[in-house]
Amino acid sequence: MEALQIILAGSLVAIACGLLGCFLILRKMAMVGDAISHAVLPGIVLAFLFTGSRDSVTMLIGAGAIGILTTFLIEFFHKKGRLQTDASIGVTFTWLFAVGVILISVFAGKVDLDQDCVLYGEIAYVPLDLWITDSGQIMGPRVLYITGTVLIILIAFISLGYKELFLTTFDPAYASAIGISTAVWHYLLMGAVSLTTVASFESVGAILVVALLIAPPATAYLLTENLKKMLLITSLLGVVISAVGYYLAAWFDGSIAGAMASVAGLLFMLAFLLSPTNGLIAKHRRKKAILKPSGV
Amino acid sequence: MDTFFEFFSFADPNIRYVVIGSLLLTASSAIVGSFTFLKKKALVGDAVAHSVLPGVCLSFILYGEKNPIILIFGAFATGWLSLILIDIISSHSKVKEDTAIGLILSVFFGIGIFMLTIIQKSGNAAQTGLDQILFGKAASLVGNDLIAFAVIAAILILSVWFFFKEFTLLAFDEDFASTIGLPVRAIELLLTTLTVLAVVIGIQAVGVVLMAAMLITPAAAARFWTEKISTMVWLAAIFGAFSGLTGAYISYIAPSMPTGPWIVVVISTIAFISFFMAPKRGILYRMNNQRKIRRQINDENILKALYQLGEEEKNFYEKRTIEEILTKRKFDPASLKTGLRRLKREGYLGNESGHWSFTKAGKHKGQRTVKLHRLWELYLTQYLRIAPDHVHDDADTIEHILTPELETRLEKLLDYPTVDPHQSEIPYQ
Repeated sequence: MEALQIILAGSLVAIACGLLGCFLILRKMAMVGDAISHAVLPGIVLAFLFTGSRDSVTMLIGAGAIGILTTFLIEFFHKKGRLQTDASIGVTFTWLFAVGVILISVFAGKVDLDQDCVLYGEIAYVPLDLWITDSGQIMGPRVLYITGTVLIILIAFISLGYKELFLTTFDPAYASAIGISTAVWHYLLMGAVSLTTVASFESVGAILVVALLIAPPATAYLLTENLKKMLLITSLLGVVISAVGYYLAAWFDGSIAGAMASVAGLLFMLAFLLSPTNGLIAKHRRKKAILKPSGV
Repeated sequence: MDTFFEFFSFADPNIRYVVIGSLLLTASSAIVGSFTFLKKKALVGDAVAHSVLPGVCLSFILYGEKNPIILIFGAFATGWLSLILIDIISSHSKVKEDTAIGLILSVFFGIGIFMLTIIQKSGNAAQTGLDQILFGKAASLVGNDLIAFAVIAAILILSVWFFFKEFTLLAFDEDFASTIGLPVRAIELLLTTLTVLAVVIGIQAVGVVLMAAMLITPAAAARFWTEKISTMVWLAAIFGAFSGLTGAYISYIAPSMPTGPWIVVVISTIAFISFFMAPKRGILYRMNNQRKIRRQINDENILKALYQLGEEEKNFYEKRTIEEILTKRKFDPASLKTGLRRLKREGYLGNESGHWSFTKAGKHKGQRTVKLHRLWELYLTQYLRIAPDHVHDDADTIEHILTPELETRLEKLLDYPTVDPHQSEIPYQ
């Protein structure tokens, strides 16, 4: 039962991150996702200080706002300060992350967060942290409700805005021509990334979110050319990563989030080598087939 | 305050170690980072920094204790491997470079965390403090570590010094570098190796997670103060060293504080001050400059409108109302009023009970703007064969920019014309 709950929580997180990650890597914004996932840390700590708990709407909104602020700062330094984009990303997120870690140290007594939690989360404690209603009824692990809600919001966001997201990703010029604001959808997507990062934070930590944002979509990207299929494959990969990662961690007695990231990397490597369309081996065979025509 | 003097008197040999160590670590990564910054490969440093973690853990698992040389070797190996993998992935598949960087960074870090947690639970007493590699701990540097780091820092600084010209060429013009026969691939390889080395020793000060800042931020800050690459590298080193020193001090007075984040906050503050305050390239300087230019354009347009009114009535010193000025040109009412007041302060206009009139200097300045406008219109029609009804907007912009030297050359080129393409008179003194 505990194993199932942890795997379920991991899958929810991995699917949520993966769905957004698909759009990030297609928009060549993988590193912006990396930046946001680091930068929401001070938002999380501050919201924690003000509200005293982790599962509040305030925290989601506060950290979401910091995520959007990060995107804004990156663009501000790039456009107004004429700083090259990669440096602008690097300067902004390291600064915000450093501030977050310092806040945790300063308010160590008041905030129920520690540096380890920041790095790799506490998904193993999911079954222990129960949601108990005022009337004393036990509703099950709290994290499942939070990540579940975020995933539902995300799926609603992606299905309702599918056309807009699709067009602003692949053909921004055409999108603006038919009246879809690329800026609005850009910031909506960044807001969604922040929200997901915050919700996933407890389970996998700030940095390993990046593995789930990037690795499954990159794997799916090698397996299909179709966005809908890519989203579907990414979700399936999320479940596999969570399940295999859990048992790998149990076997070696290590961090579950770390194991999930390792599995995600392994799956990418398999796709990179074995994908029937884009794999290294398939490409090599095709090259050979061209050089040596069959039947001669 | 006592601790401040105690620390900065450097009387305690331990403090000396820590200070020298942090200065070397931060300055050498800032120096190497300057070149990765200029090559626009700043985030590669981030990937290397995170990828160092599994190497450190692996060499600990294999060797069983924290020997700095062995750990550095392991860190170097996986740091290097990460760069090779990023290169292979982005060149042999449709996955883009930024995705490859993010992928390798997070997966390597995940593997590292996985190993680290296994080591922590293994009960090996030697592992305590291994997790300091995550956020850095300048205060725990001891003599033994210091020798290893000092040697590497010296290698880094000397290599940059020797290959300064080659690295500069590589950063700015790779094609030119290969044309004049430089072994571009080899130099690139050297720079990559130096980056990995800088990361490997820099993480002792700031930790794996924030190492990227030590490569990127000092260089980004220094770039705002100078156009000269040698000055930039020096500045980056000084900024880096200053933040390292501050970090060592904080580590000394508050041992429970993570050192890395403080170093990063110090260097980021320096960077933000540079982004805003630096002369010439700073955001505030450029915003101020733009405001000045907008003001100048606004004021010259007011003088031009007054001059045109004077032309029509052949009376340049007549007193005009704001409404009259507005018949000549559409102004934003607020900026018209502030412009009029500013021009009065500067002695170009007089004001009597709401009526505005030229002073001699004001008429002269308005006349010059009108003259430049008409000269440019004539130039466009005569030399670029643009139709007379298409030249006004362009002239409206350039009239504020033309210098007296260009004015003289235009006059000469057009042979001191008397009328513009619309048959308006070109006024001379």
